[in-house]
Amino acid sequence: MTNTSHRIWKYGDNINTDVIFPGKYTYTISHDPVQLARHALEDLDPTFAARAQMGDVIVAGRNFGNGSSREQAVTCLKHAGLRAVIAHSFARIYYRNAINNGLLAIECPPLVDCVETGDTLAIDMAAHEIRAGERTFAFAPLPAEVRAILDAGGIIPYLLEQF
Amino acid sequence: MVSEIGSGEYAKLRSPCQQNGTQLMPTLTEQILARASGRKRVVPGEIVVIEPDVTLSHDNSAAIAEIFAQLPHKRVKFPERLAITLDHAVPPPTPKHAQNHAAIREFVRAQGIQRFYEVGRGICHQVLCEEGVVGPGMTLLGADSHSPHYGWLGAFSAGIGRSEVAALWATGQLWLRVPETLRINLRGSLRRGVTSKDLTLAMIGELGADGAAYMAVEFAGEGLANMTADARAALTNMMAEMGAKSACMPPDDITWRWLRDTLARTRPQDCAQRLDYFEANALYPLADAQVAREQTIDLSAVEPMVACPHAVDNSLPLSQVAGRRVDVGFIGTCTNGRLEDLAAAAELVSGRRLRARLLVIPASSLVLRDATEAGYITALLEAGAVIGTPGCGPCMGNHMGVLAPGEVCISSANRNFRGRMGEPTAEIYLANPAVVAASCVVGKLSHPADL
Ligand code: SF4
Repeated sequence: MTNTSHRIWKYGDNINTDVIFPGKYTYTISHDPVQLARHALEDLDPTFAARAQMGDVIVAGRNFGNGSSREQAVTCLKHAGLRAVIAHSFARIYYRNAINNGLLAIECPPLVDCVETGDTLAIDMAAHEIRAGERTFAFAPLPAEVRAILDAGGIIPYLLEQF
Repeated sequence: MVSEIGSGEYAKLRSPCQQNGTQLMPTLTEQILARASGRKRVVPGEIVVIEPDVTLSHDNSAAIAEIFAQLPHKRVKFPERLAITLDHAVPPPTPKHAQNHAAIREFVRAQGIQRFYEVGRGICHQVLCEEGVVGPGMTLLGADSHSPHYGWLGAFSAGIGRSEVAALWATGQLWLRVPETLRINLRGSLRRGVTSKDLTLAMIGELGADGAAYMAVEFAGEGLANMTADARAALTNMMAEMGAKSACMPPDDITWRWLRDTLARTRPQDCAQRLDYFEANALYPLADAQVAREQTIDLSAVEPMVACPHAVDNSLPLSQVAGRRVDVGFIGTCTNGRLEDLAAAAELVSGRRLRARLLVIPASSLVLRDATEAGYITALLEAGAVIGTPGCGPCMGNHMGVLAPGEVCISSANRNFRGRMGEPTAEIYLANPAVVAASCVVGKLSHPADL
């Protein structure tokens, strides 16, 4: 895992849930992985859904995922194959939703300005480090409660483990 | 279960509770969370587990029920704590949306949910206040990002995701991180023609879309006394657009009068008991409560504001953008679809003809009824406006007024993100309802005083 290299999609600040997964689909597409992936980032980058590959990551600026509480804004990226979203900061409901659905969400402000779309990075979860090019960036470890949910694959698998 | 520790920035925030060894007073939010988690005291950054008094969901309830079905719990743990509204796509625009509603009704029946509000009753946040489901000192977690709304009643409320709601249905409890508090002191009063919506757009423009990220906003100061119930609800509602986890203010005479008057109409059978419960439950700010950040705003200095495409914090004084073309106006939503909002619009358009289309959707059936009795609906219809079924309408692009490519909309809603009203090439401006109405009269972004 440590040395797996992830292709980067780079976006700016305040990438909101409406451009990640448009509201017009929220009551007709809930859990279908193919449909979710097809509309990922539709109103931000219409080329993304067709070109995203398994293991890619998004690197973005401040307040990623602000706006709606819709969980599809997380699951559409997951089903599009994304390994992680790394941002300067996250909107709080998005952050919860990411953990709850087993999508790695990392706040790492210094990394954001050092990479571009098409670059690659590697994530070391044990050392809490991201390597991009020649540089290494540290990120804060997740609190134990949060890590347990993420490791279980989300809050529902986590609850299932309790029974 | 989940907490709210962000991994970076906010781990750096220090707890303000212990300074030089002296114990400082808890904020209103901390008092509510302490009681809800059964602790004497909670401090920012701490993780607590609460059993919220109310768990809210709406048209997303069928999708949540599908997640719930993956869990071994066959029954909802506390059915009496659930509140479910049908409001986001009402009446259903397609057979698929209708089927979604049908699945929710089936879940409601099977689980014996009493607090279920049908198509046409109105938007979740308005309805739950009107029905006395939430009151001072109570806690609500909702699968809706504008859940901070209930803080205008002195409650703690916050938005969560669908999976967490499923977990709450199953277990009745959820972990929360106690937020740092941003106190906003309001001084003086707003000038005529300036509303609490303008205040929020000015604040969000200044502090940014993440200006209160992860924080609890607490409004305080004598300026609150000059704000009506409707104006207050818009204030806490909009704090979601500043990244806040929750927003609240202390209950006062205006709060209690609104609750008394409203509950007497919506639940005459147990209005007195409910008010007694609220009074016993209410919590109030303590002097010397320590907050992480504090700001003071002179209300008389606020001017009419407009949020320009495609971000709420992209706000400018109306005077700087007046004259831009407008194709359609929308007055409604949980932010500005209440009686006072419809009154302002009706007053402006009465005796005039609209140059741009104007869609008006009351936030609830009660608002629609009051607006009808007051003659506002007639005034709006005579000017050429369209009235829709109480609910969210086109706010999130589902139906009933979505935009055409390239159209420009001026809206009293809370979000102007690209594609929000269904079409990515359309442009959305946000403003107070009187500015929306004035702009529709002229066909251009306009100040009511210019008519
Ligand atoms: S009116 Fe708009 S913002 Fe309010 S609950 Fe409905 S969709 Fe959400």
